[in-house]
Amino acid sequence: MKRTTIDLWVGVFVALGIAAVVFLSLKVANLVPASAEQTYPLVAEFDNIGGLKAKAPVKSAGVVVGRVAAIELDAQSYRAKVTLQIDKQFQFSRDVSAEILTSGLLGEQYIGLTQGGDPDNLAAGGRITLTSSAVVLEQLIGKFMTSFAEKGDGKPAAAQ
Amino acid sequence: MTEPFIEFRGVSFAYNDRPILKDLSFRVERGQLVAIMGGSGSGKTTLLRLISGQVRPQQGQVLVDGRDLARMSHAELYEHRRRMGFLFQFGALFTDLTVGENVAFPLKEHTDLPPRLIDDLVTLKLNAVGLRGTEKLMPSELSGGMARRVALARAIALDPALMLYDEPFTGLDPISLGVIAHLIKKLNDALGTTAVMVTHDVHKSLDIVDYVFFVAQGKIIAEGTPAEVRASDSPWLRQFVDGAPEGPVHFAYPAPTSLAADLGLEAGHA
Amino acid sequence: MLDTLLAPLRHLGHLSVNAVWRLGFASRFLLAILRFSGQSLARFQLTIREVYFAGVLSLIIIVVSGLFVGMVLGLQGYNTLSRFGSADALGALVALSLLRELGPVLAALLFASRAGSAMTAEIGLMKATEQLEAMNVMAVNPIARVVAPRFWAGVISMPVLAAIFNVMGIFGGYLVGVVMIGLDDGTFWSQMQNAVDLHSDVVNGLIKSLVFGVAVTLIAVFEGYDATPTAAGVSGATTRTVVTSALVILALDFVLTAFMF
Repeated sequence: MKRTTIDLWVGVFVALGIAAVVFLSLKVANLVPASAEQTYPLVAEFDNIGGLKAKAPVKSAGVVVGRVAAIELDAQSYRAKVTLQIDKQFQFSRDVSAEILTSGLLGEQYIGLTQGGDPDNLAAGGRITLTSSAVVLEQLIGKFMTSFAEKGDGKPAAAQ
Repeated sequence: MTEPFIEFRGVSFAYNDRPILKDLSFRVERGQLVAIMGGSGSGKTTLLRLISGQVRPQQGQVLVDGRDLARMSHAELYEHRRRMGFLFQFGALFTDLTVGENVAFPLKEHTDLPPRLIDDLVTLKLNAVGLRGTEKLMPSELSGGMARRVALARAIALDPALMLYDEPFTGLDPISLGVIAHLIKKLNDALGTTAVMVTHDVHKSLDIVDYVFFVAQGKIIAEGTPAEVRASDSPWLRQFVDGAPEGPVHFAYPAPTSLAADLGLEAGHA
Repeated sequence: MLDTLLAPLRHLGHLSVNAVWRLGFASRFLLAILRFSGQSLARFQLTIREVYFAGVLSLIIIVVSGLFVGMVLGLQGYNTLSRFGSADALGALVALSLLRELGPVLAALLFASRAGSAMTAEIGLMKATEQLEAMNVMAVNPIARVVAPRFWAGVISMPVLAAIFNVMGIFGGYLVGVVMIGLDDGTFWSQMQNAVDLHSDVVNGLIKSLVFGVAVTLIAVFEGYDATPTAAGVSGATTRTVVTSALVILALDFVLTAFMF
């Protein structure tokens, strides 16, 4: 009698809660790649990773193909060792190149992969050898200033 | 003399520093309906709480069926309470449950009886207090006298060997009062329960009980059968039975200062 | 003279000692609840009944508040983001603010004032009308029969309510951003999906609300059980439940945020 109505309402309540969590997982957070079975790791070493963070996207031609799994400093070479988890459906050749790019002028940093021409593909755990580091804005400005100053010094010297 | 069902041996009890009972001893025989009478604040309710094991004496022993309550473990104390019914002063019905669920409460908590049987028992218990047909009502829909009777039905649900009544007559109209008194007497006779009733309603109690203890200032100052009490010429009993304001019992609270001092009328203050 | 100067100090000292005392009692109370939870969870019907009173009856306030909070976030977020030309990120802003902070915190504050205060008042009144004492005299432990089912009902209801609050908030943001202002439907969701991480945002938010549920419900049942058994005592306890819950929720939120993000 009275109890069954309460049971019904509590059932509706809990079902709503489960539906809400499912909605949050599927529609709000994208619960798509990430699982280890559908991805394989690649390693790339950079001189400077700038502001790259773990979980940053890995894109090829602008399409997300994976994520940055881990970033650590190699104790021998003192270069940054970045582990990427790439979706299994995308294979890259051995001379693929990786660079750290920025979306927009001040946006988040991500890794861009450019496919090479070598017929052999990188195996899981393979190392990407062609890498270019992040562009650090301060260094860029520094370089620009130096070259500007050198040009400024050079001209009067040539005139004399 | 048979072995007593309840026995107090030199019991003293105090709330913090305020002594309530002093070196109290008495016995209640099995199957008796006993009243404990006394003015307000004389420690009557504390006495019941000692028997139910809600509080423990600082000195002395409370024995029920030959066992010392203070020595019981938590589980044993609960076992003791299962065989005991307690009627609270204002009923203490569970306000979120219906009348039927209230009466069924002890049955559901302490037995594994099938729901059908519990329903039948509830009907029987409510019938015993003359309230069959009120199962679906909420306690807020009952009058004070009906609530007290429902509480009584709940207290006797497990057919207790011991019934404790805390002021069962307070705040009832004369008819409800008569009905409750009649029920208490009837239940005691029918179930053979030992019962202790705390009250200050002298005349009604004397009609139904087997024996009376009078408590004042934490001590038993008089006792006897109803006939003996009525015949007694002790000034204390006469004051209590006749309800006179002055006598051996002082109506006023013993204030530490005099009335004149409190009002600032004493010499030196003005 | 000295006495009038010392009186406030003495009062303060008395208050602090009292607070520590109550904290100790509350901890012991939590242990007692956990100890008697076995026998009360075995009769799950009791807890389901309380989930109805604590959770189901809080649904309306949670749904309506969630919707409005999401709509406000949509409006304010759009006004601010459009100044920087990044109105596209509205979905991410709405979802992240709700999942990480506003959802768990606001749902817990609403829960404390709707269900927590009701629990305190109910248990306090049961105490004032000797119902708890009556139970004890009937050899039924009131902590197992009355307190533990309410405690678990609160702990179960809180994450469910927070999740529903989040969904309603995101829906409110969607209403304002996409339906009213006319942002692109696909961008709204894809920006959100890019920014929101299942583990660090959704799961952490739910863990937060679970912790808040334990805290609020414990405060509510404790204040009720500890209430002075008079009308004034119960109303004071109800007020204390709401005030203490609010402070504890906000303080815990800071601690949890520092740990999680």
